Amino acid sequence: MINLSEVLETNKMIEKENLDVRTITMGINLLDCASNDLPTTCQRIYDKITTLARNLVKEGETISHDFGIPVVNKRISITPISLVGGSCCAKPDDYVEIAHTLDRAAKAVGVNFLGGYSAIVSKGMTHSDELLIRSIPRALAETDVVCSSVNVGSTKTGINMDAVRLMGEVILQTAEATKERDSLGCAKLVVLCNAPDDNPFMAGAFHGVSEADAIINVGVSGPGVVKYVLEQIPNADFEELCETIKKTAFKITRVGQLVAQEASRRLGVPFGIIDLSLAPTPAIGDSVADILHCIGVEHAGAPGTTAALALLNDQVKKGGVMASSYVGGLSGAFIPVSEDQGMIKAVEAGALTIEKLEAMTCVCSVGLDMIAVPGDTKATTLSGIIADEAAIGMVNQKTTAVRIIPVIGKGVGETVEFGGLLGYAPIMPVNHFDCSRFVNRKGRIPAPIHSFKN
Amino acid sequence: MDRVIITVVGKDAVGIIAKICTYLADNDVNILDISQTIVQEFFNMMMIVDMSKCPKTISQIQEELSEVGTQSGVQVKCQLEDIFDKMHRI
Repeated sequence: MINLSEVLETNKMIEKENLDVRTITMGINLLDCASNDLPTTCQRIYDKITTLARNLVKEGETISHDFGIPVVNKRISITPISLVGGSCCAKPDDYVEIAHTLDRAAKAVGVNFLGGYSAIVSKGMTHSDELLIRSIPRALAETDVVCSSVNVGSTKTGINMDAVRLMGEVILQTAEATKERDSLGCAKLVVLCNAPDDNPFMAGAFHGVSEADAIINVGVSGPGVVKYVLEQIPNADFEELCETIKKTAFKITRVGQLVAQEASRRLGVPFGIIDLSLAPTPAIGDSVADILHCIGVEHAGAPGTTAALALLNDQVKKGGVMASSYVGGLSGAFIPVSEDQGMIKAVEAGALTIEKLEAMTCVCSVGLDMIAVPGDTKATTLSGIIADEAAIGMVNQKTTAVRIIPVIGKGVGETVEFGGLLGYAPIMPVNHFDCSRFVNRKGRIPAPIHSFKN
Repeated sequence: MDRVIITVVGKDAVGIIAKICTYLADNDVNILDISQTIVQEFFNMMMIVDMSKCPKTISQIQEELSEVGTQSGVQVKCQLEDIFDKMHRI
């Protein structure tokens, strides 16, 4: 039988160490909404989302009350829209129409984000993929909760450099279209390599074609809990350090597993996966950078950071895998800058650069995330950064991503405020040397060799 | 059986357990186990209860118990047992 100290431990995690379930995300297949008439397609999309997800927010809140655990976000991911709108969208503005429908549907059911305004173009771009990508700046400027992602590469296909080049331009256009709000549109846009079909986290969530009609995916969190336990063992050796992280990750993930099973049962939608993640928030004490500090680096970015992060990421997976029946999504520690108080401090102290963040993305999920750069950064430079990150994902058979915000009208040293979970960020300097001749080459980078691993 | 964990945390005072137990008895909630400790004058109590005969929903019980707690200056929480079971038992 459960004893008092176990109950107090769990409740302390929730009340003092920011333990929560970060998101219950319902994946919804929209392929059956396709038609050759735009209003019909929009109506079907609206009806399907508002029918399947009508109780998502209410049940999420009930679960939260019944177990006494915060369920922070309730969200929806959908089939990449370029697949749904292909036969009814003849121009980018038609896709924007669908974006408005998605925004209305998401608001009608009360979710705070909907992801899947997406295109998968890892090898080539269809005409409809390209129309969708070109519609992204307007779609993100005119909607509030729609998130967009574009998958530009994979280990199996290589990197579609035409898409990488286009995304550099689209990111800048999105920044320009939302410049009145500190280029906030770019915070809802992510460029991926090896994007998973079942990711519950925004902005990269979409419901892949390998998925069932509807599914419940859950993202867990808990950097504050890991930080707290590590503070208790400041001088432990690596064995004890790793065991402690692993056991804590197990406990955190079990809560996610419980919430996922309950959500699945109460909503009558099958359980998909748990995403084993340490997802920070701007709240004090809910930081992945602070964990790295506890492991022993002065600031995130100091020498040793990549090794410390690799260790952390691996132990979270080892503990989490046993705690959950199905694991998927991105699964790993997130290192966004603006959403993590410790990361922000590290940038302000001059300890953390984009290049060091890039190195860190080799050993954890997901990539260069929520990084604010000067608004006068060239599109080709953004494409160069995307290509570098995609190459890391392609070669290492992992998901990588870039969510970068060129803040129009602002430069290095200034700060940008996104608000809420998106946090705030100091604008980071970008390597200003030119890569346009590389980026402007046409075609794609071939897939890497899968043997000869030495 | 709907097993629920009730925790009471706050400054120690006379009659806290009595009030909570009276409320539970009035609502057909059966107490299966009870344990308590006092740490630095702070009262920590946990009860494992069975709510299967209780006519009210857990959210009603949560609300009303919280009110009983407020009257005695303590915080009362009511959570389904599964969250603790999942976290601490394989």
